[in-house]
Amino acid sequence: MQITREQDALTVFLTGELDHHTARAMRQAADDALRSQKPDVLRLDFSGVTFMDSSGVGLIMGRYKLASSLGAALTVRGLTKRDERIVKMSGLAKLVRFED
Amino acid sequence: MNKTKRNTCRLVFPAKSVNEGFARAAVAAFAALADPTVEELADLKTAVSEAVTNAVVHGYRDYPGDVTLDLALLEGNLLRVKVRDKGVGIADVKLARQALYTTAGDERSGLGFTVMESFCDKVKVASRPGRGTTVTLEKQIRGRA
Repeated sequence: MQITREQDALTVFLTGELDHHTARAMRQAADDALRSQKPDVLRLDFSGVTFMDSSGVGLIMGRYKLASSLGAALTVRGLTKRDERIVKMSGLAKLVRFED
Repeated sequence: MNKTKRNTCRLVFPAKSVNEGFARAAVAAFAALADPTVEELADLKTAVSEAVTNAVVHGYRDYPGDVTLDLALLEGNLLRVKVRDKGVGIADVKLARQALYTTAGDERSGLGFTVMESFCDKVKVASRPGRGTTVTLEKQIRGRA
């Protein structure tokens, strides 16, 4: 997992398997960076994720709430077709911007 | 309907979150014997991950215990996975299966059963409060043939 800052956007590159067990560390790192850097945009990049279950949706939902409370927008990119299918079961598509 | 079992496997492990990944990998290894497609394998891993996570997060939220996986490859390449816990059980299974319903707070999406249903051919939930929950997943492996 890697976090980069580019102008007003903070990008979190998630890697490996994303489940209930691994989400904890990802969530903590993303939230620490979000709170300390206060970007205008938080971008979650899933292109390095090799497996995801609905914990990925929980991760996006939780970051959406925190980002919103800090005045930051959330964008999501790099989801595979199947993972996007899981995310869209949640109705998150209405709240979060998806980039290719 | 009873179908002849071509192969079976039982796994018992403590309900620790680290075992969610182990359970997926073990089921994938067992399912590989049926020669599934990459897509079918991914469907199965995702569904198993949801069921085992439910046992860890909900079943044993108050006390530790074991999760039992009973795997069976049946005639016609039907794969059956039973995920059993002896945890708190579910008072209202119908409610629990509803999309977005969760009792676990902000970081859980409430999509576990929805994902299982969408990636398997059949999902059965048997539960008794105070006794535990058994989730049975069935997936037809069509393979590359």
